[in-house]
Amino acid sequence: MSRIAIIDYGVGNLFSLKSSFAAIGQEAVVTSDVTTLKNASRIILPGVGAFGDAAAKLEGCGMADFLKEEAKTGKPIMGICLGMQMLFDKSFEYGEYEGLGLIPGEIRPIADVIPAGLKIPHIGWNVLHLRGQNPLFKYIKNGDCVYFVHSFYGANCDESVIATAEYGAELTAAVARGNVMGCQFHPEKSGPVGLSILKAFCEL
Amino acid sequence: MITKRIIPCLDVRDGRVVKGVNFEGLRDLSSPVELGKYYSDNGADELVFYDITASHEGRKLFTEILTEVASTIFIPLTVGGGINTLDDFDRVLKCGADKVSVNSGAIRNPSLIGEAAKRYGDQCVVLSVDVKRVNGEFRVFAKGGREDTGMEAIEWIRRCVGDGAGEIVVNSIDTDGVKGGFDLEMLEAVCNAVSVPVIASGGAGCIDHFTTLFNTLPGVDAGLAASIFHFGEVTIPDLKKELKNNGISVRL
Repeated sequence: MSRIAIIDYGVGNLFSLKSSFAAIGQEAVVTSDVTTLKNASRIILPGVGAFGDAAAKLEGCGMADFLKEEAKTGKPIMGICLGMQMLFDKSFEYGEYEGLGLIPGEIRPIADVIPAGLKIPHIGWNVLHLRGQNPLFKYIKNGDCVYFVHSFYGANCDESVIATAEYGAELTAAVARGNVMGCQFHPEKSGPVGLSILKAFCEL
Repeated sequence: MITKRIIPCLDVRDGRVVKGVNFEGLRDLSSPVELGKYYSDNGADELVFYDITASHEGRKLFTEILTEVASTIFIPLTVGGGINTLDDFDRVLKCGADKVSVNSGAIRNPSLIGEAAKRYGDQCVVLSVDVKRVNGEFRVFAKGGREDTGMEAIEWIRRCVGDGAGEIVVNSIDTDGVKGGFDLEMLEAVCNAVSVPVIASGGAGCIDHFTTLFNTLPGVDAGLAASIFHFGEVTIPDLKKELKNNGISVRL
């Protein structure tokens, strides 16, 4: 059994995420303790809210430097929603902020690419278009639906994209670069499809 | 493209689902946890739990149950009822709710939506509004639809969206319980006024009412209902199949 560590850096509600791992028979701890994170076999970087604020908190508790180093060890690391966005080089959400630089690309407003009149945030269940055959998606199929809530998206990251969703434009739904990966959607809120993605993550 | 959401609503009093339910194979028909799981396993895109408890003990029981629901169901959960302060937001979010629905609380305290949106984000704040026609205008009603606030509804909704409400549940008192279909006129007025997701509530009596809703008003994002689902008159898988046959995008 793998041990999952969910990084607690004071952003968002981690209850559902922890419960969803329990539902697939995996032990997950919510922690900001470096030793616990180092001992974990997998790390989840969650996040909701604004990029600048979250990046500052991650930096403030020393997690930013830790994650950059930990990524080099080959340990599977997955960012979820804002957590995925923080893996990128930078974000243009209400300013310009540095990300972790683990996924090449940047975070930009959805409004830049979708037609006027479409609602923002992109919220609700949308269809996944899988690209290639990433092991993260070994239990799901092209066309499965997952739950999104976001107003910004991963841009200029084409080489890392493993799934997209169509919302007036083709938006980045998931990225992977070796052991570092991220989902823009919420697997912990995406029913059985979401749990299957978390299960696959635990088996990487 | 984003799919249209189908949302069952569960009223909970003192920890039990009120309004009888009628499902075979459910051991405890009034257990919010079992009923929530049933819906989640049977195609619901989201669940709304509405706490209609008045007592402090009942409220405590509700949060315990919510915690249990949130640890067994992995779809979005919206919680409403008795949300009057930021502490109430905090209380239900900590139990695993994703969105919090405010109604009378926002009428009593007009700064609540703005403060909550600032702390938890717009996507977390749902405005639920009970609307009824009075002298040819749409009026906001408070206290479960019993009290005319005198406020014009479209203006109120616009203002709440301006303050940070990320989603609007429109309950038409005029069509609620009649089972004659959703209030298309009222919903159209709301869709034209705001650019956040609009959830239709009140009036669903059969599958056709949902088809008409989404075909007539593409701006409506979701349909919410209680009794027709609880009594098994309409099952969500049947409903979604029919919506799909009518060219409406749904999650199957």
